[in-house]
Amino acid sequence: MDLDAITVMLRSFWTVWLMVLLTGILVYAMWPGNRRTFDHASQIPLKDDGQEF
Amino acid sequence: MAQEKKGFSHDLIERNTLLLIVLTLITVSIGGLVQIVPLFTIESTIEKVDGVRPYSPLEVAGQSIYIREGCYNCHSMQIRPFRDEVERYGHYSLAAESMYDHPFQWGSKRTGPDLARVGGKYSNDWQVAHLVNPRAVVPESIMPGYAWMKDRPLNYGDISDVLKTLRVVGVPYTDDQIKNAKADLEAQKNPDGDTAALMKRYPKAVVANFTGNKTVTEMDALVAYLQVLGTMVDFTKYQSPKQLQQ
Amino acid sequence: MTSATLTSGATLGSQRVSEDVRYYEDAIRLFVIAATFWGVVGFLAGTFIALQLAFPALNLGLEWTSFGRLRPVHTSAVIFAFGGNVLFATSLYSVQRTCRQFLFGGEGLTKFIFWNYNIFIVLAALSYVLGYTQGKEYAEPEWILDLHLTVIWVLYAIQFAGTVMTRRESHIYVANWFFLAFILTVAILHLGNNMNVPVSWTGMKSYPFVSGVQSAMVQWWYGHNAVGFFLTAGFLGIMYYFVPKRAERPVYSYRLSIVHFWTLIFLYIWAGPHHLHYTSLPDWAQTLGMTFSVMLWMPSWGGMINGIMTLSGAWDKLRTDPVLRFLVSSVAFYGMSTFEGPLMSVKPVNALSHYTDWTVGHVHSGALGWVAFISFGALYFLVPVLWKRSQLYSLRLVSYHFWTATVGIVLYITAMWVSGIMQGLMWRAYDNLGFLQYSFVETVAAMHPFYVIRAMGGVLFVIGSLIMVYNLWRTAKGDVRIEKPYASTPHKAAVGAA
Repeated sequence: MDLDAITVMLRSFWTVWLMVLLTGILVYAMWPGNRRTFDHASQIPLKDDGQEF
Repeated sequence: MAQEKKGFSHDLIERNTLLLIVLTLITVSIGGLVQIVPLFTIESTIEKVDGVRPYSPLEVAGQSIYIREGCYNCHSMQIRPFRDEVERYGHYSLAAESMYDHPFQWGSKRTGPDLARVGGKYSNDWQVAHLVNPRAVVPESIMPGYAWMKDRPLNYGDISDVLKTLRVVGVPYTDDQIKNAKADLEAQKNPDGDTAALMKRYPKAVVANFTGNKTVTEMDALVAYLQVLGTMVDFTKYQSPKQLQQ
Repeated sequence: MTSATLTSGATLGSQRVSEDVRYYEDAIRLFVIAATFWGVVGFLAGTFIALQLAFPALNLGLEWTSFGRLRPVHTSAVIFAFGGNVLFATSLYSVQRTCRQFLFGGEGLTKFIFWNYNIFIVLAALSYVLGYTQGKEYAEPEWILDLHLTVIWVLYAIQFAGTVMTRRESHIYVANWFFLAFILTVAILHLGNNMNVPVSWTGMKSYPFVSGVQSAMVQWWYGHNAVGFFLTAGFLGIMYYFVPKRAERPVYSYRLSIVHFWTLIFLYIWAGPHHLHYTSLPDWAQTLGMTFSVMLWMPSWGGMINGIMTLSGAWDKLRTDPVLRFLVSSVAFYGMSTFEGPLMSVKPVNALSHYTDWTVGHVHSGALGWVAFISFGALYFLVPVLWKRSQLYSLRLVSYHFWTATVGIVLYITAMWVSGIMQGLMWRAYDNLGFLQYSFVETVAAMHPFYVIRAMGGVLFVIGSLIMVYNLWRTAKGDVRIEKPYASTPHKAAVGAA
């Protein structure tokens, strides 16, 4: 198998890689246990400047 | 990911920032690597055709001026394989034809026409007259005039250094070509002199006193460059697309 | 050097100041001033070269003033000078607040970055005018200036990442993710696209290692991702901090913002080859570029929805707060140009649009509508805070700026749509006998009225920015314009009057 064939083969893997990545992101974002973390994080800009934490 | 557990320790945070950085670097690297690296390794990227040669010293100087003036902002050098473009400009562009262009001059906008095959399309005198005052030749043109370039002496004291640098980045200039760079540059401007050596080193170079000046001017170089564009490959030898592959 | 500046809360009254967290603001003020200045310079330069295309006599016959040399001055002034200073100001302002930490490395480092970056800008612009250029769009500075920028960028990365690493807030807020991705990726792009060998160590001229087709691919990997990471990821960082801040409500969905971040940075990097459709670039690369560009539509709109829906339940603020109107309209423009972009990356559409003014119009709907508008919103937000004023000099003037600039953008984009599509069609038109119907120069002549309209759009955009300069200057002085305030419920009042 020469280099050309390998690159052609690898090229067709991006769909798989993309699916895996997207699934990972979605699982992480939607994981119920992360909800509190995200709610907390989304409030960060709204805290008063220089407020105690 | 930059995930955070309740009750943080300093260590964990720092690690997470680094984790975020590393994951980001990986994520943004994949696309570039997959698209760029194979262009260097796959041999079929550049067609094997005869005739494409490194630019002559005067043409190299002309290309620098082409770049300096930002001509690429308005002119492309890349003919797409469409009926209208091939009829308007000539055979579609091959990757091989720009393989000695550091950097590529394909452009992204055609405020003016494509120049990939402008070489030989107009006479030297037309090119000079057009560059001096485009609207004197083409009344509707919106191109800037370059009258100041016509009599300005070309600065070519470092021309052999330029060729040497180009050899470092991959243009196959020979020792012979580098040694004779200055002589070749001057010879291309002097049609009455002995041009045999020049033509042997740089076939199809257009030899002329483009501006009529005694000294080599910037416009001489620019026109010499324009006149060689797209002329190196003899397309009568490559009639079928098959021959242009591999 | 004032190493500790009291936070805005000290004078705003409604906010408390903690004893141990003090934010650096002197250097941020410098970035804000520079951003405002370069904005006007960049818009003026753009309008001037737009006029050159309509009236070529404006090239003046001088080598320093031809379109070819001034166009990079315009693009660098708006992208790197205006956009860059806005990004420095906003990122270094918000990272302190979202991390509850002063800047890592101290304010002296920030000032060092400020002066060096702006000196770099001036030298780059001078070098283009004098004819020193690498000849690659949006990467014109020659090797020595590239080295200077590399040093500045590394220091910026250290300061920003260091602040995030030493933060006292437990979470890294999503805006900082976007800023980090922007800083890191721009560093990679800058290094990758500027691998040059100088002809001499004492001269400016250099030649890049790569040539031809590889050079084209590397350049558009850089060029497209300069848009994707400098002008998108960085400015999305602005969106994720300043829109919630101004609207006084958290971002619509933090989960969506996470999906937005990872999908955007993953997909964007692949899209470069859509600048090279139907060229000598191998087909497989073109196909990849097109596919990813189309997919990019999804995260882009996810981000747009997230930004706009942050106002959900508070839509009336758009009527009463023109600063928020700038911020939210910018996100709407972002949605528009990120729909148009994938469309233009589809090969048959690109066959028509490429090389024409349609591309120029597309870029400007993103640059003027998205980048400039969100920058204006951020500047209007920052100046009263940084100069410790209770309010802007005039909200009415903000509104005048908004409408002047919006009309300018509409003129610009529509003129470019018409001229671009028209020229694309003229190039491929055939007459009854099967000959090309138009010579090239006939298609150039047909562009003239649209170039005039486009320049008028630019003039309006400049006027709007001058209104902003005046407003910000009076704000910094502490003046307040006597004007009719924006009623919080003008709608009801109008109904009552009727």
